[in-house]
Amino acid sequence: MAASLLEVRDVTKRFGGFRALNGVSLDVREGERFGLIGPNGSGKTTLINCISGALRNESGRISFRGCDVTRLPAHQRTRLGIARSFQIPKPFTSMTVLENLCIPLEYAARDVARADVVDEAMAILRRMSLEDKASLLPGRLTQVDMRRLELARAMAAKPRLLISDEAMAGLSSAEVDALLPILFALNEQGITIIMIEHIMRAVMRFSERIAVLDAGEKIAEGPPDEIVKNKDVERAYLGE
Amino acid sequence: MLSLDLLLNAIVAGILLGGFYAAVSLGISVAFGLLDIVNIAHPVFVVLGSYIAYALNSALGLDPLLTGLLGVPVFFALGVVVYRLYYASFEKTGEESLRGLVFFFGLLFIIEVALLLVYGVDYRMVEAAYIGDSLHIGSVGIALRLLVPCLVGIGMTVALYLVLSRTFWGRAIMAVSQDSQALRLMGANPVRIKTIAFGLSIATASLAGALLIVIGPVEPSIGREYIGRVFAIAVLGGMGSIGGTLAAGLILGVVETFTATYYGPSWALAVSFGILLVVLAVRPAGLFGR
Amino acid sequence: MKKGLPLLIAVGVLLAALVATRLVGNRYLYFAGYVIFQYVVLATAWNILGGYTGYVNFGTAGFFALGAYTATVLILAFKAPLPVQIVAGGLVSAVLGLGIGYLTLRLRGVFFSIATLALALVLQTFVMNWEYVGGAKGVSIIRPAAFPPFASYVEFLFFVMAALAVVSAMAAWWIENSWVGRGLAAIRDNEEAAECMGVPTLRLKLLATVVSGCFMGVAGAPFPYYVTLVEPVSAFSLDYAVNSLAMPMIGGTTTWIGPIVGAILLSTAQQVATVTISSELNLLIVGIVLVAFVLLAPQGIVGLVQRLAGRRRA
Repeated sequence: MAASLLEVRDVTKRFGGFRALNGVSLDVREGERFGLIGPNGSGKTTLINCISGALRNESGRISFRGCDVTRLPAHQRTRLGIARSFQIPKPFTSMTVLENLCIPLEYAARDVARADVVDEAMAILRRMSLEDKASLLPGRLTQVDMRRLELARAMAAKPRLLISDEAMAGLSSAEVDALLPILFALNEQGITIIMIEHIMRAVMRFSERIAVLDAGEKIAEGPPDEIVKNKDVERAYLGE
Repeated sequence: MLSLDLLLNAIVAGILLGGFYAAVSLGISVAFGLLDIVNIAHPVFVVLGSYIAYALNSALGLDPLLTGLLGVPVFFALGVVVYRLYYASFEKTGEESLRGLVFFFGLLFIIEVALLLVYGVDYRMVEAAYIGDSLHIGSVGIALRLLVPCLVGIGMTVALYLVLSRTFWGRAIMAVSQDSQALRLMGANPVRIKTIAFGLSIATASLAGALLIVIGPVEPSIGREYIGRVFAIAVLGGMGSIGGTLAAGLILGVVETFTATYYGPSWALAVSFGILLVVLAVRPAGLFGR
Repeated sequence: MKKGLPLLIAVGVLLAALVATRLVGNRYLYFAGYVIFQYVVLATAWNILGGYTGYVNFGTAGFFALGAYTATVLILAFKAPLPVQIVAGGLVSAVLGLGIGYLTLRLRGVFFSIATLALALVLQTFVMNWEYVGGAKGVSIIRPAAFPPFASYVEFLFFVMAALAVVSAMAAWWIENSWVGRGLAAIRDNEEAAECMGVPTLRLKLLATVVSGCFMGVAGAPFPYYVTLVEPVSAFSLDYAVNSLAMPMIGGTTTWIGPIVGAILLSTAQQVATVTISSELNLLIVGIVLVAFVLLAPQGIVGLVQRLAGRRRA
C-alpha cells in the first residue's frame, strides 16, 4: 500500500453553533484518484476549504506529505503542493487567460524559472485546449472554458494534490466527457486528485476510492462498486 | 478629586449620551450590519437632518422633534433614490468594494460642502421648551436637552426592533441579511427588500439629526466626529443587532463621558477609535455578535 | 514599455524643473508648482494601495500630517536638514501604515477603510493637545537661507518636490510591472483565489500599505518649510483625503500614469480656480466630478483614452 499523501484526522469545523464537520478522517494515497460525494450541505466544500486553508478547523489535524499543515495559511499550503479549483469559478477578471496562469506559476510553483513562466503557461493552456483563448479576458469565456481555466490555473501551481470542486457542475454530458480525459491524463503524470462531484456517472467512472459525507460526518468509504451498494449512502441520498 | 458626585454625574450623563448615540448608529447597523452597504455618509445625512430641523425651527418655529418626525418619509425616499443609484452602478456588477465606498465618500463630501456653502461655518442651534432646563435628583443633574434625545433614541431602537421582528417587511429584511440567494429562489425580490431597508436606515437619520441639534449647536463638519463613533458602535454591537446597537451606544457614551470628565473633552473622540481598533483586532464579531 | 524610457522621462522632468528655476521669475508659480507635484506624490501613493490592491484609504490627511509634524519636531529639536526630515517623515508614516494595516487588514477590506476614516481626526486631536508643536495655534518655522544654484529656498523646495514626484512615480511603475504588482492585482480581482494560488495576500497588502503610507509621509515632510506656520487645521485638511482619492479615480487607477494625469489636471484646475471662486465651491466641484467619474467613467481618463484608441485600431 502506497504512503498517505494527505491525512485528515478528526477534523471538526463549527459555524457559530452549527457543526459543519464532525470528526472527519480521511487518507488519500500518493497517485490516487479519490472521490468525495454527499448530498447538498453535507460538508464537502467545508472539508476542502479546511484542507486548502481557506478555513481553519477548530480541532483535528491535517497533514500533507508528513508535515502538519493545520495552522498554515492557504498560500503556503499551495506552495507545498495542494491546489484547488473553485466550484464557482473565481478568475482574475482584469487579467488575460494567460496572465491568470502566470500568478500561480510565479507565486506557487517552486521549480519554474521566471523566464520560463510564459512558456509553461502556454504549455498548460495547450493541454487544456485553451491556447487560442490565451489573450482573452475571462469575462469572454464560455461556461466550459471558464471551468477549464479554473483547472488550468490550479495546474499552474504545479500541485502534487489537485482538488477539483465540482468542476463539471452545469456542463453537458459531452462537455463532461471532454473534461474527464484531461483529469485522467493529469493523474497519469503522478498528480493525486480529489474530485468533488454531483455528477455520479463522472465520479464513479473516475475514482478508485470514494468517501461519502452526510451532515458533516463520513458515513462510508470504499471502491465505487461498494459505495453504490451501501445502504447508508442510499438512505443519505434518498431519505428514509 | 474623584468624588462620588462626579462619578455619578458622569455615569448618568454617559447613559443619556449613549441613548442618543444609538439613535445615530441605528442606520449604520441596518445598512452596514444587515445589508452590507458601507454607507460612510450616514453621519452627514444625520447632520442634514439637523439643518432641516434648524431651518424649520428658525423660520416657522416648528419643534425640532416634530420636524424630525415629518422628515422621516422624505429621508426614506432619499434613501430609496441613493440605494437605487448604488445598486445600479455598483452592487449589480459586484464593484461595491472600491467604487461604492468612494461613491459614498463623494456623497458625504458633497453634502458637507453644500451645507457649508449655504449656512457657513457658524454653529447653529434650535429653540424648544425642553432645551436649557435640568432635573435634579439628589446631587445628580439631568439636562433635558440630553434626556429627551436619550428617550427618543431608546424609543427609536424599540420601534426599529419591533419593525424588524414583527412585520412582514422586517422579517424579509432579516432574511435578506442571512441569505439573499435563498430568498431569490423563493420568489422574493431581494433588491426591493434592500431598497426598503436602506430607505429605513436613512429615515432614522432625520430623527437622529433633530436629536443632534437638540443636544447642542451644529456646524457642517460635525458629522466627521460621528464616523468613528457610529462604526465603533455598529461593530461593537455585533453588526446588525439592534439591541446590541443600544448596548454598545450606552457603553461608548459612558466610556466617553468618563474620559471627558477625567482627561479632558478633546480625548473623548479618541475613545471610539480606540474601541473600534481593539474590537476589530480582538473580536471582530462584536460583543453581541452572533 | 521599454525599460529605459521611464528613466529617461524621469531625468527629463527633473532637468525641466531645474531649468524652470533658472528661467521663471514669478514666485507664485513655484508655490503652485510645488502643490501640483505634492499632489502627484499623494495621488500616486494612494493609488499603490487603493488602485492596485483595491483597499480604500480615507486617511491620507493623517499620513500626510504625520510626515509634516515629524519634520516639525525634527526642526524644533535638532534643526535637522530637509533630507533627514523627508526620510524620517516617510518612516514614521510607514510605521503608522504597518500598525493600522496589521490590526485591520486580516479582516474584510471595509474595516481598513473605516479605521482610516477615523484616523485623521484622532491624530489631529493628539496634535491639538501637544504643546511642544504649538497645539491648536500651531508653530512658526523659519525657512533656511537660499543656496546656489537656487535663487530662493522656495525654488529649492519646488525642485525637491519635483524629485519626490519622480521617485514616487518610478516606485509605482516598478511595483506595477513586477511580481509585486501582479500579486496586488490578483488580490484586487479576487483575494480568496489569489491566496489559494500561492499569493501571500496579507504580506503583500501590508507591503502596499507601508509603501503607500511612506510616500504620503514623504509628501508631508517638506510642508513646514513650505507654509512656515504649521497648524493642525491646514496640516490635517480634508483637501488631502479628498484629492488624493479623487485624482486617481479621475485619472484612472490601474496604471501609474492615471494618478499623475488626475493630479496635474485637478490640482492645476484648483490652483486656477481659487483665484476666481471660493475654496468651498472649489471643493464642491471636486466632489461632484468625483461622483460623476465613479458613476459614469469608472476607468478614469486613462481608461477612456485607451478605449478610444482601441476602437480606432479595431
